[in-house]
Amino acid sequence: MSARDSDWDGVRLHVVTGKGGTGKTTVAASLALALASGGRKVLLVEVEGRQGIAQVFDLPPLPYEERKIAVAPGGGDVFALAVDPEEAMLEYLEMFYGMRRAGRALTKIGVVDFATTIAPGLRDVLVTGKTSEAVRRRGADGRRVYDAVVLDAPPTGRIARFLNVTSEVAGLARMGPIKNHADLVRGVMASPETAVHFVTLLEEMPVQETLDGVAELRGAGLPTGGIFVNMVRPALLPEATLEAARRGRLDLGELTLGLKAAGLADLATGTAAVAEALALEVAEHAARTELERGERESLSSSGLPQYELGLLADGVDLAGLYELAESMCEQGAA
Amino acid sequence: MMAKSTPVLEIDAILDDPQTRIVVCCGSGGVGKTTTAAALGLRAAERGRTVVVLTVDPARRLAQSMGLTELDNTPRPVPGIQGEGALHAMMLDMKRTFDEIIEAHADPERAQQILTNPFYQSLSSSFSGTQEYMAMEKLGQLRRSGNWDLIIVDTPPSRSALDFLDAPERLGRFLDGRLIRLLMAPAKAGGRSAFKLLNAGFGLVAGVLTKVLGAQVLKDIQTFVSALDAVFGGFRQRAEQTYKLLQAPGTAFVVVAAPERDAMREASYFVERLAEERMPLAGLVINRVHLSPAGALSAARSAAAAEDLESRGEHELTAAVLRLHTGRMQLAAREHREREHFVSAHPTVPLAQVPAMPADVHDLDGLREIGTLLAAS
Repeated sequence: MSARDSDWDGVRLHVVTGKGGTGKTTVAASLALALASGGRKVLLVEVEGRQGIAQVFDLPPLPYEERKIAVAPGGGDVFALAVDPEEAMLEYLEMFYGMRRAGRALTKIGVVDFATTIAPGLRDVLVTGKTSEAVRRRGADGRRVYDAVVLDAPPTGRIARFLNVTSEVAGLARMGPIKNHADLVRGVMASPETAVHFVTLLEEMPVQETLDGVAELRGAGLPTGGIFVNMVRPALLPEATLEAARRGRLDLGELTLGLKAAGLADLATGTAAVAEALALEVAEHAARTELERGERESLSSSGLPQYELGLLADGVDLAGLYELAESMCEQGAA
Repeated sequence: MMAKSTPVLEIDAILDDPQTRIVVCCGSGGVGKTTTAAALGLRAAERGRTVVVLTVDPARRLAQSMGLTELDNTPRPVPGIQGEGALHAMMLDMKRTFDEIIEAHADPERAQQILTNPFYQSLSSSFSGTQEYMAMEKLGQLRRSGNWDLIIVDTPPSRSALDFLDAPERLGRFLDGRLIRLLMAPAKAGGRSAFKLLNAGFGLVAGVLTKVLGAQVLKDIQTFVSALDAVFGGFRQRAEQTYKLLQAPGTAFVVVAAPERDAMREASYFVERLAEERMPLAGLVINRVHLSPAGALSAARSAAAAEDLESRGEHELTAAVLRLHTGRMQLAAREHREREHFVSAHPTVPLAQVPAMPADVHDLDGLREIGTLLAAS
């Protein structure tokens, strides 16, 4: 695998988190495509039983099985896996104790449900354990099976806990097999080969949550990655125009002339009224832009690299994912 | 604009009706649910009711917008309410609420045993259903206290809006489950034959759990479960009572969404689910709707005009403004389609929509404005 000119060379596990509604799954999916581009093999993992990957790629629900779901630009494959904690538990029992069938019997009487319910930390260890296994896995030729793994992780509010599996489990099991397993997983999560990326919008609450999340991860000694600013609207108007609009001094005369020149003189409400309404729209946009500038500055205080992803005009679809992936490559995120 | 046939959600009629005792705001995360709950609470209070808002969202900003430095497990009066009514606000502390139940129902020694058990710590602070269950428990307490004539509940930010309905039942079922009985069997079984039978099953389970979790963990689980069992003989019964409270005629469910595909799909599921559970749905609030003051100029015409000006290299300002307008109208059209999609599936559900604001709410005036917009739909 040749090193590429990206900010995250050497990172093999990309954890993607974000506040609800920021487009976390979309960004994770695009990042997987971007990382796979040029002939690499990437696994995209989801852990919340939401079938979000299937939805963004417009596929039927994914089973608990790694399967190829997309081809990246310039060759390269994206595989996907929807981790089910119960299945992960059975796999764990089989792998470490060789007791898959006993595991099935236990599922029937609710042991697995019980264990993952009473100890959410245990549930997290199972899903992060499955993910880190994929990161470390080697093929018969001794090479890594996946060049990179992208984890569509729980939301920002829960991320530090989710990744900090050792301390979550420590309260429950001070020793024994599960503790050893947790230590192993924690080793992968805290390694320099892992980066936790945040997805945010240029709005107050998601930005605040991102900054809180970054601080929390740093406090827990977990590796932070970049910030993906999602759904950024293109800057259509020059700063001088925005400034004029903010002060209510947009040149209405010129705007009206322009509307007439463009053949929009026949509108029922009258050209002047339309010009005024448009000016109102520009003023609102200008106010919004000003707020966004403030949010960008707040994000910069984190010291993490920022990547801007444009708002997809046609909503999120397959073409949109490729568009975002390309933008990520251009910005050096992958 | 809204089609004529779509019924309108009459917020004021619901808030003013003395029969309305509980309003539950539900919906997926990130749609402005908490803000909607606070705005409804303020509006109801300023229309003369004695209101408490129970939120689960730890956002400091919301507390600040209500003039409080922070919210805790006790209702605090919100200053600056106009008129005769009153508004209190509180934030659910699920661990504290759980602790209180234990303390109220167990003798001090047993309570101590439960409260210090590592599994209780885990269950009370991070089990995904605990927050929902405790929100319901708190709602029950507030209702019984008789101090408020209207309670507005903001539901926990679940991955899926449906978790809210299922979690209490799940927690109840869990604590009442077959496995728990099995785990406690050695301690409980009296008769010899029963003991033998159950013990065989227990041996298998215990063997596996010991292998996977370690012996100490298993012992902790058993201690925890038997201590808890003594306290919660009827845990499921409590969950059922809560459920009944939600089905009562004095309850109104307000589903909150944003005009985006995922949020609207969740809203759709939720509306169907409420109907199945025979829970009283008041209607759907769609937040952050983008409208245009220049709606008379369509996206297509605007785009064509911009292109025309650009190709001629004239009126740069107008061309750029028209581009901006085109984007706005396209967004509005997309949102409109999402809404129509919902309406065609649920034509009888009353709707209200709140336009997107340029900035977040920071004070009572902001909440008041949202309340006005909600009522003006």
